[in-house]
Amino acid sequence: MEIVLNGEPTDVPDRLSVADLIQRLSLENKRLALELNREIVPRGCYDEVTIKPGDAIEIVHAIGGG
Amino acid sequence: MQDQPLTVAGKTYQSRLLVGTGKYKNLEETRAAILASGAEIVTVAIRRTNIGQNPDEPSLLEVIPPDEFTILPNTAGCYDADSAVRTCRLARELLDGHTLVKLEVLGDEKTLFPHITETLKAAETLVADGFDVMVYTNDDPIVARELEQIGCVAVMPLAAPIGSGLGIRNPYNIIEIVENANVPIIVDAGVGTASDAAVAMELGCDGVLMNTAIAAAQNPVLMASAMKKGVEAGREAFLAGRMPRKRFASASSPIDGAFF
Repeated sequence: MEIVLNGEPTDVPDRLSVADLIQRLSLENKRLALELNREIVPRGCYDEVTIKPGDAIEIVHAIGGG
Repeated sequence: MQDQPLTVAGKTYQSRLLVGTGKYKNLEETRAAILASGAEIVTVAIRRTNIGQNPDEPSLLEVIPPDEFTILPNTAGCYDADSAVRTCRLARELLDGHTLVKLEVLGDEKTLFPHITETLKAAETLVADGFDVMVYTNDDPIVARELEQIGCVAVMPLAAPIGSGLGIRNPYNIIEIVENANVPIIVDAGVGTASDAAVAMELGCDGVLMNTAIAAAQNPVLMASAMKKGVEAGREAFLAGRMPRKRFASASSPIDGAFF
């Protein structure tokens, strides 16, 4: 299915959970925050939330800044 | 005279110097400069993860850990209240419920001056949502008062445009803000060298926040050390109570006993 991941159209397997996506991207042990269709998905809920076609996901982290 | 520590949102800090983590050559230099500065509060930006990046590459918070420093996520690059609020909420999730944030809503790309009406709007929303807001603003004393009344835990007037290194351009406004404030006033943006930081503290500010002044120095680690001393010197001078300025000279040596 096609989703929008960090602003880019991306093809991912169907019936993917947020946890599955994180694993696919090798981000399991990284400190990050995730938004699904503009709503924050808390880290504890990654297993329970399923991604649907057309979903927009933002995955962010902390970088250097003033 | 023993100084009180800096208190922000109920937490005390020995250092009155706050630093950013941007514009350094690499993470090693970032950490070395921060350590040399003695800063305890360190700002970070929130941006998209690089998908497909090498997973073994160290990330900023591995080098500047949240259990060693107080991390202050900023809303850099936001030009409206909505994106600033969204950024703070993501930062709170990223940092396990940490509520301290630096709010900055910009109004212009060239000067990076704050957009005051959007800043006020964002501050209200964030305070209502339980955030401890340290807010970047201009040197308008009325706006500073409004931001404090909204419930911001610190008000941070700019010395000069972000990254300009011009130092405090309007000391009289800064004094006005400091004298009317009931929350910490931290000069944020535009500091260029150690004397600028000392001047901010001599005006009575509670702290100074800087990034470019250190990161863009020829020797950032040495400048970080200079800034640490500049902030401490300025603070001591403020507490010591400076002598009055005079129009004419006043000799330091007595006339009595002159033999010529």
